[in-house]
Amino acid sequence: MELFSVIIGELFEGFGNTLLLFAVTLVFALVLGLLLAFGAMSKFKPLKYAVAGLVWIIRGTPLMLQVLLVSFIPKYVFGVFTKDFAAAIGFTINQTMFFFVAVAFVINYACYFSEIYRAGIQSISAGQYEAGQVLGLTKTQVFFKVVLMQVIRRILPPMSNEIITLVKDTALAQVLGVMDLLNAAKHAVNQYVVLTPFLYAAIFYLIFNGILTLVLGGIEKKLSYYKV
Amino acid sequence: MAFLEVKNITKSFGKTEVLKNVGFEMEKGEIVAMIGSSGGGKTTLLRCLNFLETPDSGSIKVDGKEVFPLAVEKKKKKGSANLAFGLVFQSFNLFPQYTALQNVTLAMNVQSEKELKNSGVKFFESKKRMREISRENEKTAIEILTRVGLLDKIGNYPCELSGGQCQRVAIARALALSPDILCFDEPTSALDPELTGEVLRVIKDLGKDGRTMIIVTHEMEFARSVADKVLFIADGEIAEQGSPEELFENPKSEKLKAFLNRDTGY
Repeated sequence: MELFSVIIGELFEGFGNTLLLFAVTLVFALVLGLLLAFGAMSKFKPLKYAVAGLVWIIRGTPLMLQVLLVSFIPKYVFGVFTKDFAAAIGFTINQTMFFFVAVAFVINYACYFSEIYRAGIQSISAGQYEAGQVLGLTKTQVFFKVVLMQVIRRILPPMSNEIITLVKDTALAQVLGVMDLLNAAKHAVNQYVVLTPFLYAAIFYLIFNGILTLVLGGIEKKLSYYKV
Repeated sequence: MAFLEVKNITKSFGKTEVLKNVGFEMEKGEIVAMIGSSGGGKTTLLRCLNFLETPDSGSIKVDGKEVFPLAVEKKKKKGSANLAFGLVFQSFNLFPQYTALQNVTLAMNVQSEKELKNSGVKFFESKKRMREISRENEKTAIEILTRVGLLDKIGNYPCELSGGQCQRVAIARALALSPDILCFDEPTSALDPELTGEVLRVIKDLGKDGRTMIIVTHEMEFARSVADKVLFIADGEIAEQGSPEELFENPKSEKLKAFLNRDTGY
């Protein structure tokens, strides 16, 4: 019983990191993804192709590889060792590793989100924009007052999918030694020579995703007060 | 000088010349009906008046003031509309996430906010004033919705309304900005036949109130009964124009004769 509470304590610590990575990625990728979507739809061709290229690279390579590559950037691009880089930005080594993982995750998820945003924005009929324009709204006003709410509603199901995938992808953080939930479970398995931590970790993931499913489903229901 | 003067409007999409040197005039309080077969350029002309398309050349004057090409420069900077005109679309284009009332007040509030900003009122003062103004706007909007017979539907979303009711909300929404000239782009073409009557009645009532309107329509009987002047547009030109009696009883051009025969010929 004592071992159980020790293991659960360690898993909770790991879960804290998982949760933080999840939250940071979600917040920044949602914003960056929207910007990338605008870039992908831009009439300025160089920007459009640059974004298309970025999305191609990010979607075409494993997230784990991207995490590793980001961690090499200080050394191979700027010629500074990771520990000096950490000192320069005032982080511990562990925090720096977490930072690398978060950067890779944000870029990766922003690319996926941008495609969802783009599909959503382009699915809104031209008539909505025209009606807004004829009524004297500026392009920005049309986007924020007319289009955005409809876009959010339409993209919520595919977004939910990505968000739930993100919860499980956080386990990739361990390639840089970040003590996420799964990594904590692995350590506990090795240290105490029992397999149950894996089971507990699975339950953690399931509960978290269960809550997310309920929340996202709730938002979807709340937004479906009208039909398109 | 006429209230609306449209001169030498041309518009091409790629190599297709949709409008060839179109010009017409109308007086305040007049109702002009535009008829003609699909693809003739009626809708494009209406879209040019409303700045949804930019004419390649020509000029538009309302009440002696040039709105095109002069205002196009401004439009490029601000992306604003030609508020001398209002437009009711064939497919309504209501905003689905807003109630009937909110659909009408949205643009009113945006305009009020702009005016308030331009008047240079301080931020907090303007927030307070805006609350008062939006209450006023709401009152006005309810009056307008009552006039189109939708007082009991103001809290409903477009998806809960019939096509005819949606189109009446769209009319109210356009009226709310009190445009000098209200345009209708085939306002009943997307409606079931039994719903066209309620929309046409509303338009007729607006005509009785002396509102200046341009109506693109395929409802010949309606055009005949409501319009002061009919323009027959074919192949990007105004092929014939005049009073409804002249056009419908004594069509001069072969094109118009063929069009009218086809229309009643089944």
